[in-house]
Amino acid sequence: MKRLRSIGAFWYDFVVGDDWRVAVVVVAALALTALLVHAAGVNAWWLVPLCVFAALGWSLRRATAGTRP
Amino acid sequence: MSALPLILTVFVACAVEAVEALTIVLAAGLTREWRSTFQGMAVALAVLAVVVAALGPTITLLPLTALRLVVGALLAIFGLQWLRKAILRATGYKSLHDEASAYLREVTAAKAATAESRGRVHDWYAFTLSFKGVLLEGLEVVFIVITFGANQRDVGAAVIGAAAAVVVVAVTGVAVRAPLARVPENALKFSVGIMLTSFGIFWGAEGAGASWPGNDAALLVLVPVVALVSLGYTVLLRRPRAARPAAAPASEEVPSS
Repeated sequence: MKRLRSIGAFWYDFVVGDDWRVAVVVVAALALTALLVHAAGVNAWWLVPLCVFAALGWSLRRATAGTRP
Repeated sequence: MSALPLILTVFVACAVEAVEALTIVLAAGLTREWRSTFQGMAVALAVLAVVVAALGPTITLLPLTALRLVVGALLAIFGLQWLRKAILRATGYKSLHDEASAYLREVTAAKAATAESRGRVHDWYAFTLSFKGVLLEGLEVVFIVITFGANQRDVGAAVIGAAAAVVVVAVTGVAVRAPLARVPENALKFSVGIMLTSFGIFWGAEGAGASWPGNDAALLVLVPVVALVSLGYTVLLRRPRAARPAAAPASEEVPSS
C-alpha cells in the first residue's frame, strides 16, 4: 500500500507538478473546446491558448505573491 | 510536418536531462567506482529502452483524434511545468539549477556512504546512485519521445533526437571529466517549455475537434506567441525586482530540481 502510494505520488509530481490548478484549467479548456465545436458548431481554436496563457499567469502570480525576490 | 522540429525539440529536451544525469554519473564514478556506475547506467538505459519499445508502438495504435487530445493535454500540462519553473528561475523567485553545487552535494554524500557488494555489483551505492539518476532524468525524455513521436507517427525520429543528445553530452562529459556547469540550462528549459506547451495547445485543440487557421502552419504563429507571452511574464515579474535593488537575495519557492 505504501509503495503504491509512493508510485502514485511520483507520477502525480511527474505529470501535474507544483500547481494542480494548471492541469485543471488545461483539461477544462479542452473539454469546453470539444463542447463548443461539437454541440454549438463554433470552431473554438482560440480557447485553449487563451486559457493556457491565463493559467500560466495565474500560477506565476500565486507562486510569487507575498515573496520578495 | 517535417521531422526536423520533432528531432530538434527532443534533442534539446534530452540534452538538458542528460546534463543533469551526467552530473550524478560523474559524482558516482569519480568518487566511488566506475564499473558499478556503468552497470547502474546500463541497466537504467535498458529499462528506458524497453519502456520506449513497449509504449511507442502501442500508443500509435490509438485513433489519431483521441491520441492528440490526450497527448495534447499531457504535453500542455508538462510544458507549463517547465515554463513556470524556468520563468521563476529567470526572475529570481526560484534558485537556478547549479550543476557545480549539485555535483558537490552528490560527491559529499557518495564519500560518506559505506561500500557494500551485492551479486555482480561491487559497489551497490554507486550502482543505485547512477541507476536512479539516469532513470529519473530519462523518464522525462521518454515521455517527450513517446508523445511527440506518436503524434507525428514517427517515434524513430524522436529516438534519433534523444540518442544524438545523449551521445553529445556523454562525449563532452568524458572529454572534460566535470559537470557541464556552463550549459545555459534555464534558457534551454525555457525553450523546451515553449515547444512542449505550443505543441500541447496545438494537438489538444485539434483532438478536441477544433481546426486551426492555416492547419499545420498555425504552429509558425503559435510558437512565437507562446514565447512572447512567456517573455512578457518574465519581464513583468522582473520589474518589481529591479525597483528594489536593496531587497534580500532570491528565496527558493520550492527545492530546486
